[in-house]
Amino acid sequence: MKYQPVIGLEVHVQLLTDTKIFCGCPTKFGSEPNSQTCPVCLGLPGALPVLNKKVVEFAIKAGLSTNCSITPRSIFARKNYFYPDLPKGYQISQFEDPICQRGWLDIQLEGQAVKRIGITRIHMEEDAGKLVHGDLPGLHDGSGVDLNRACTPLLEVVSEPDLRSSDEAVAYLKQLHQIVTWLGICDGNMEEGSFRCDANVSVMPVGSDTLGTRAEVKNVNSFKFVKQAIEYEIQRQIDLIEDGGTVVQETRLFDPNLGKTRSMRSKEEAHDYRYFPDPDLVPLVIDDEWVERSRRELPELPEQRRQRFITELGLPEYDAEVLTANRALSEYFEAGVSAHGNAKAVANWVMGEITRSLNDSGTAIQDCPVTPLLLAELLKLIDGGTISGKIAKTVFDEMWKSGKAPHVIVEEQGLVQVSDSGAIEAIIDGIMAANAGQVEEYRGGKEKVFGFFVGQVMKASKGKANPAVVNQLLLDKLKG
Amino acid sequence: MSISVTDVEYVARLARLELGADEKEVFAGQMNAILGYVEKLKGLDTDGVIPTSHAVPMENAFREDLVCAPIGVDKALGNAPQRSGSFFNVPQVIE
Repeated sequence: MKYQPVIGLEVHVQLLTDTKIFCGCPTKFGSEPNSQTCPVCLGLPGALPVLNKKVVEFAIKAGLSTNCSITPRSIFARKNYFYPDLPKGYQISQFEDPICQRGWLDIQLEGQAVKRIGITRIHMEEDAGKLVHGDLPGLHDGSGVDLNRACTPLLEVVSEPDLRSSDEAVAYLKQLHQIVTWLGICDGNMEEGSFRCDANVSVMPVGSDTLGTRAEVKNVNSFKFVKQAIEYEIQRQIDLIEDGGTVVQETRLFDPNLGKTRSMRSKEEAHDYRYFPDPDLVPLVIDDEWVERSRRELPELPEQRRQRFITELGLPEYDAEVLTANRALSEYFEAGVSAHGNAKAVANWVMGEITRSLNDSGTAIQDCPVTPLLLAELLKLIDGGTISGKIAKTVFDEMWKSGKAPHVIVEEQGLVQVSDSGAIEAIIDGIMAANAGQVEEYRGGKEKVFGFFVGQVMKASKGKANPAVVNQLLLDKLKG
Repeated sequence: MSISVTDVEYVARLARLELGADEKEVFAGQMNAILGYVEKLKGLDTDGVIPTSHAVPMENAFREDLVCAPIGVDKALGNAPQRSGSFFNVPQVIE
């Protein structure tokens, strides 16, 4: 029998606020354990949580950017369960009336039609603390609890079960990742857990409209692992059904070392979270004016910018896609275009030399030593015939190393292009005299020897001869 | 609705409470009394009334995203039955 996988994703997006969602403790990663805590996030009796306004603003932005409706009146709820990383015995989350509802993202796999993936809801909640096991100084047989992360603001983005393959899941996830990092509301660091994903996976016979029992796969912290974990889980369920077994609803943990998922026995007990409205937090009312103000403040989103690069700047689709991979890159490119004017020329350099140098040195585009203005100046030197495209690459490498302006480097190193035909003719004459055999070959009809002469002239001029002038003069002279 | 001993046991397990047989009977009786009292509300016509989530008529209490000084590791761990370095030390949690 053939099976159809059905996948829904729950993504936790850690928000880039300075402080926690309900108290003023800092959210910095990697501080001394429990050094960023106060009575609120320690869950001490009598402490009163107060909502960080920025969390609400970020949530609205995320909702508007994923085509959600913003709920006019939403409330916070307590999700009750016991775990050592949860000091209050409940997590403050949203249950009924989450802040954003009913959105969607469009994804497109290569060679396939655009597909719309529904977003059920986006809600705000606090993160739990962190548990550590073993390898603790003075810790014999126990676990350590660090509550620095407790109360860190999260958005949980819940998709509809609209995804039908691991590739679709990854495409959706990448797009969501691009949007939240683009908005600047999340740093997107999957390894540190700033953007993490749980996948609900089930399979059903092709043609059926009854969903199979799903398993929830937790702890997948890279795009590659998401693909692996989902594919493993699909196959595991199919094998199980084929062998006459049944899938049980459970939470499974992905083990990246083995590439497998395994049952989390500790969480097998049926959950009863007993959600109820948190009386400590008053309802959140967001009027149309607030929504519209947020909408006006949204930056141009990646998809819109991609379209504009194609229609207004005339870039090929591929270039537009690459140059909108992240916001900083697209802004670098646009700054270059406004300083230079020729979008395609700037695109080629940004996608070529700039990207290569960034990758080689592990530099972020924000820290690129060659600014867009300097890049534009370099391109103008090529346009004006001062240097050749080939020499420009040498100048670029020097700009990267020294941060100097291109015209300074060209002057210092005497790299000005030689277009003076007298000087070039002298070089050509010398080379023809030294290579009489090749001259005869060319004249005898072997035209590919031409390339040899171009190479020799460029070499003799240390790359400075104007290639167009060289070509013309060589043609004239070789014809004799 | 009537609360049975089984219901009491279920709620007790969720709350991590261990109850004796006598206590279960006593609590079942008390819970029934409380719920029976609240049952009276069912006699009211609540069509069109928004469920009350909060007792006070307030909305939108915010704080700005400004850092306040944390209380420090020693104070944070001050009430912990056991600490290990800067961590709370709890019985082994196995995943």
